[in-house]
Amino acid sequence: MSDNRRESSFVFTIDGVEVKAFSGQTIMEAADEAGVYIPRLCDHEGLRHQGSCRVCTVKAGGRSVAACTQPASPGQSVDNETASLTKMRRDLVEMLFHEGNHLCPICEASGNCELQAMAYRLDMTEATRFPYLEPCRALDASHPDIALDTNRCISCGRCIRASQDVDGKGVFGYVGRGIHRRVAVNGENLADTDAEAADHAMSSEVCPVGCIIRKRVGFVTPIGEREFDKGLIGHEIEEKRK
Amino acid sequence: MDNGQEHTNGIKAPSCDLDPASATVIAEICQRFDNDKHRMLDILRAVQDRYRWIAPATMNKIAEATDLTRIEVEGVASFYSFLSLTPKGRVTIRLCDDIVDRYSDLKGVTAAFEEVLGIKVGETSADGAFSLEVTPCIGMCDQAPAAMINDIVLTGLTPETARSAAEALQSGTAPETLVSDRFNHLSPHERALRQVDNNIRHAGECLLGPVPEDAGLVKALSMTPVQIVNQVEASGLRGCGGAGFTTGRKWRFAASETAEKHFIICNADEGEPGTFKDRVLLTERPHLLIEGMTIAARAVGAKEGILYLRGEYVYLRELIEQVLEDRRSRGLLGSDIMGKKGFTFDIRLQLGAGAYICGEEGALISSCEGLSGEPKTRPPFPVNRGYLGYPTVVNNVETFCHAARILDKGAAWFHDMGTDGSHGTKLFSVSGDCLNPGIYELPYGHTMWELLEIVGGEDATAVQVGGPSGAMIARDSFHRKLTFDDLATGGAIIVFNGERNILEIVEYYMSFFVHESCGYCTPCRVGNVFLQKAIQKFQKGLANPEDIDYLKDLSGTIIETSRCGLGMTSPNPILSTLQNFPLVYSAVVKPSQDGIRATFDIQSAIESARKIAKRRSYIFDRDFSQ
Repeated sequence: MSDNRRESSFVFTIDGVEVKAFSGQTIMEAADEAGVYIPRLCDHEGLRHQGSCRVCTVKAGGRSVAACTQPASPGQSVDNETASLTKMRRDLVEMLFHEGNHLCPICEASGNCELQAMAYRLDMTEATRFPYLEPCRALDASHPDIALDTNRCISCGRCIRASQDVDGKGVFGYVGRGIHRRVAVNGENLADTDAEAADHAMSSEVCPVGCIIRKRVGFVTPIGEREFDKGLIGHEIEEKRK
Repeated sequence: MDNGQEHTNGIKAPSCDLDPASATVIAEICQRFDNDKHRMLDILRAVQDRYRWIAPATMNKIAEATDLTRIEVEGVASFYSFLSLTPKGRVTIRLCDDIVDRYSDLKGVTAAFEEVLGIKVGETSADGAFSLEVTPCIGMCDQAPAAMINDIVLTGLTPETARSAAEALQSGTAPETLVSDRFNHLSPHERALRQVDNNIRHAGECLLGPVPEDAGLVKALSMTPVQIVNQVEASGLRGCGGAGFTTGRKWRFAASETAEKHFIICNADEGEPGTFKDRVLLTERPHLLIEGMTIAARAVGAKEGILYLRGEYVYLRELIEQVLEDRRSRGLLGSDIMGKKGFTFDIRLQLGAGAYICGEEGALISSCEGLSGEPKTRPPFPVNRGYLGYPTVVNNVETFCHAARILDKGAAWFHDMGTDGSHGTKLFSVSGDCLNPGIYELPYGHTMWELLEIVGGEDATAVQVGGPSGAMIARDSFHRKLTFDDLATGGAIIVFNGERNILEIVEYYMSFFVHESCGYCTPCRVGNVFLQKAIQKFQKGLANPEDIDYLKDLSGTIIETSRCGLGMTSPNPILSTLQNFPLVYSAVVKPSQDGIRATFDIQSAIESARKIAKRRSYIFDRDFSQ
């Protein structure tokens, strides 16, 4: 594969920075390798691209596209961190906050939460304009080791793909349509499924928010020493370029 | 709909085992579709018809038979409006809740059903006999209000006819008998016409005038596939479903893909409120449609086709099945079509189950594959990798019909009609406040004024062109032309007179998009709910001048970031009325006096606390004496 890849490589630009890509690579894959961070929530390393949160929306050739699913093309000029894109991304993140019940001060994921971290990165510092939808979803604490609080779910579907493709299980899936669409489990409740604490789908890196919670390990890392206390979300990718 | 959010308590129906008899029936249903997961929609429709709901134990059984997980089955079952996870009545009455129906006394019709059946909309009677529901546009706007009673359709209802229909159903009359005492003796075509009027007001040269049978197919079979594609491309034919992609190019892309199989899919899922042209073609020109699909198959090298019929048009199922069967028996479908050695093509009918989004090309393919109707990531495009990953041509009913006519009469004949860039004729579905609602086949290029004169709608103050995803225009735009480059439309023309409340229409259309968004992407799933809420603020007189900017701003984000055409067009009712009817908005906004949000109502905010405390608030209750 590597020889083949090298032969079909080309260059395009993101915010004026030259980025090398191979034929078949998405804009985001190429950007990640080149150390250019494009904000994203539903996309996660090692999982199929879904293109549903739309936070990775970029302008490519004048068109708005999802960087996680759009193939890179030679010579293309891509806009990433422009004022208008950042504003639209902030709108999307605000939508996710308002769709669910996200109360950072009482959430175990605070500081490790990608939604919260994305809000900081996108400068979501003013009062929001959207109405709160305040859903009322029951907590599923049936499983001995894992609890699900879907009030905090942002429908990114990372757990669905991790369970299907990495664990080979299918513990999660989407049900419903439109604003009623949500992640549900393959049975009456989580205890009714073959979910295990060791599943990749249950790991803290897969769930970007505080929806999938490991029992008895809450708050082991003190606030101040958590993932995004160390730097803005995306800093590890951006550091590749420095 | 409340605020668009679920309020479930998380408790599901108990997962009891199926009784052996039901287990056998479910197994037989799955077997009928080869236990094929790609036929999930057919399986679930059959189970719904048989049991009036999809029970949890049933989903387990279906999952087992089709080698899926239960959550995958539930994902599909919970997506489509016509499938239900709770028990429905033996007779389900679905009242068409389109804005045109609302303006044709839907309220009176609803009241009649509710009174006779003793249930409200959204309820099922205690004896399990009836469910009463509302559903978005069922394609009968020219004869509103309309309703589906199980698989049959009643149109032109009045409170009186609704009452007598409900009473007949209540006394045990079968839905079919409401159509005719001799229903079983009628041909499928007669049955369709007894239920629904065609209302063909103007027949044009291409589709609704005289059409010789299979003349286009005969000529196509004497040509090479490349010649067929060239001819369709030279005609200038563009997709008639709304998007207007050049048909010849679509066929050429699919034909040039090397693959084991190619597919032809007909999109008969016209769900855009106010559109009903395909209903008339399916009723009166089904052979022309299948002829067009067969020609497309010849052009791109497809052996299999699918006709995706919207669930609302289930009353046309047997008519289409009969046409397919007839063509098979006459050698017009199947192997060696018209004696042409090696030319094999057949079509299966796929019924939808109540989901507007399935009119979107990728969502339609997902639905044909037995999945939820979610659009697919593009690229790859369907012409490259579509149904089950094979190159697929998806065209609208009208497009295939035109293609068949072009093959018969030649590209130049078609190209000469209409205007530059918009060739041939177009079917317009006209409804609302006009004298003669119905179908008009006219060449492209008429102005809106001309069309309104023809249909008897000169009093219009507003016209919705292309349905809610199109644009609402005012009288100062009626000089504009009905072409792809000016007033583009998939066919829907909804006329509104000066009595109609624009904000009410806009709010209705936003509720439609909230109901029909698939929910896959954030902006469309969530943003449309916010837009609808914002319009409600204007309706209640609680909006500030800044809320006009908020509408534009939020609309911009939804349009830019949505994944498919639904979200890219759903803010159009708001944006086009802001542009063309600005006074409607500016007249109702009030600047906030003290910066307090006018939508905040302290009384409703403390209501639940008041109930829990079982006493009044000392501070906020107006009457301090009690």
